[in-house]
Amino acid sequence: MSSLRSITLATLTKDIRLEWRSRDAINSMLFFSLLVVVIFSFSFDPVAEESRHIVGGLVWIAFLFAAVVALNQTWARETRNQVLDAYRVSPAPANGLFLAKVLGNFIFVSLLEALMTPLFIIFYNLRALGPAWQLIPIAIFGTWALVVNGTFFAAMSLRMRSREIMLPLLLFPISIPALMGMVQATTAVLTGEESARFWIVLLLTYDVVFTTACLALFEAILHAE
Amino acid sequence: MKRAFPILAVLATLFVAYGFYLGLFVAPTERTMGDVQRIFYFHAPSGWTAFWLFFANLIASVVYLIWRNAKADALAVASAEVGVVFCTVVLVTGPLWARPVWGIWWTWDLRLTSTLVLWLIYVSYLVLRRFSDSAQTPVLAAVLAIFGALDVPLVYFSIWFFRTQHPQPVIGNGGSLDPSMRPAFWTNVAAFSCYGALLCWARYRVELMHREVEEGHALASLLDENSPDVEARPAHRGGPR
Amino acid sequence: MNSLRFLYAALAATALIHGGYLVSLFRRYSRLRRQMKDLGKGK
Repeated sequence: MSSLRSITLATLTKDIRLEWRSRDAINSMLFFSLLVVVIFSFSFDPVAEESRHIVGGLVWIAFLFAAVVALNQTWARETRNQVLDAYRVSPAPANGLFLAKVLGNFIFVSLLEALMTPLFIIFYNLRALGPAWQLIPIAIFGTWALVVNGTFFAAMSLRMRSREIMLPLLLFPISIPALMGMVQATTAVLTGEESARFWIVLLLTYDVVFTTACLALFEAILHAE
Repeated sequence: MKRAFPILAVLATLFVAYGFYLGLFVAPTERTMGDVQRIFYFHAPSGWTAFWLFFANLIASVVYLIWRNAKADALAVASAEVGVVFCTVVLVTGPLWARPVWGIWWTWDLRLTSTLVLWLIYVSYLVLRRFSDSAQTPVLAAVLAIFGALDVPLVYFSIWFFRTQHPQPVIGNGGSLDPSMRPAFWTNVAAFSCYGALLCWARYRVELMHREVEEGHALASLLDENSPDVEARPAHRGGPR
Repeated sequence: MNSLRFLYAALAATALIHGGYLVSLFRRYSRLRRQMKDLGKGK
């Protein structure tokens, strides 16, 4: 178990350090999200009360697309210089590598969400009519749902043609229940019209089911030549 | 087994034709919806068949993942492809039935929406098979099939809850079927299932043939380096069928 | 009844989808059978 933890930590700190020095992914994600926020704001009147019902969906679409930008380059570094091959032949547990990548992506996407939320509040005049604290578990469980499957499918698409298209193509259908959960829960909290509790539990269930599946099957796909 | 195929094909076609005859002419006309309701006799059985086929795909994928049996993988491909065909029929006939009867093309109907998500998952499965060049494509595809299967109950559950929060029209006959319609319905379910199984078997055989041909080409180019037949070098092709 | 149009459309669509698939399957089959014959003859 300590080997798993040390591998995970080592890979995670390496990724964070590299990303912090270049700030490639986070910059492109930020700018992309900003563009999405602005363009969506033209599609409806942000002052109107009805807009509260659609903002939940728009926010998560923006985060979803930004997450895909981050996910697409998750394994890019490892494919160069045969780093991935080195992992395959080493006795290090494959799940350590996977967890490190998922945690890294989770941190980046959460950072993006934290930076974008004030912008959303400003552009769309957001004010939660329901219990606003619920937005935190929604964000955590929702982001984890996207990132855990996204990292897994990014690893799957590594050796495919049109890799960048394959990732969203594989990820979006499987993520539909999670996306529904995120959007409905956010809308429930913003409009205060219903309880987000079911959706939060659904997201948690989704996270548990798919994290288990990813951890169980990652080794199989890592060795896929 | 091979020789049985044409006979079975004829039998299946007759069975399906009989089912259509029952559904389109013999079954009583629905009181409120009229004759348009007869779409149901091939919309719902197609749905059942698609589900059986996707279930077969799941079993074949798990078998492949555990025992790496190549025939299981061939069955997985066949059942996925034929399943998507039947699923497409469901998704096209559903709105065509909904529009004249309920006035809307689409709604968050539990079965229709679950079918749509299943269709999306399996189309992505087929795209993965086509775009992946590696020798381990079967492993990746089998993993995707398992993920899809894990997803389905979650999809169903989330749409169900959504519907309790936001009441939506129910497309379909609401579950209960009038006894006078049951023979036509169940005959069609049986007929479509037989036809689906046969089609899947045919596709499975074609898949096995395809693999044999690829092996033959690979062997030929290995044994004879001076082969002038440049086309028989599958390693350079993308692998389309 | 004009709603019968939809029944005919559904029947046509079903026929097209299944027909198209059968045609594509048959074409693949004939191509493969030809290739198998070539392989058997050539080597």
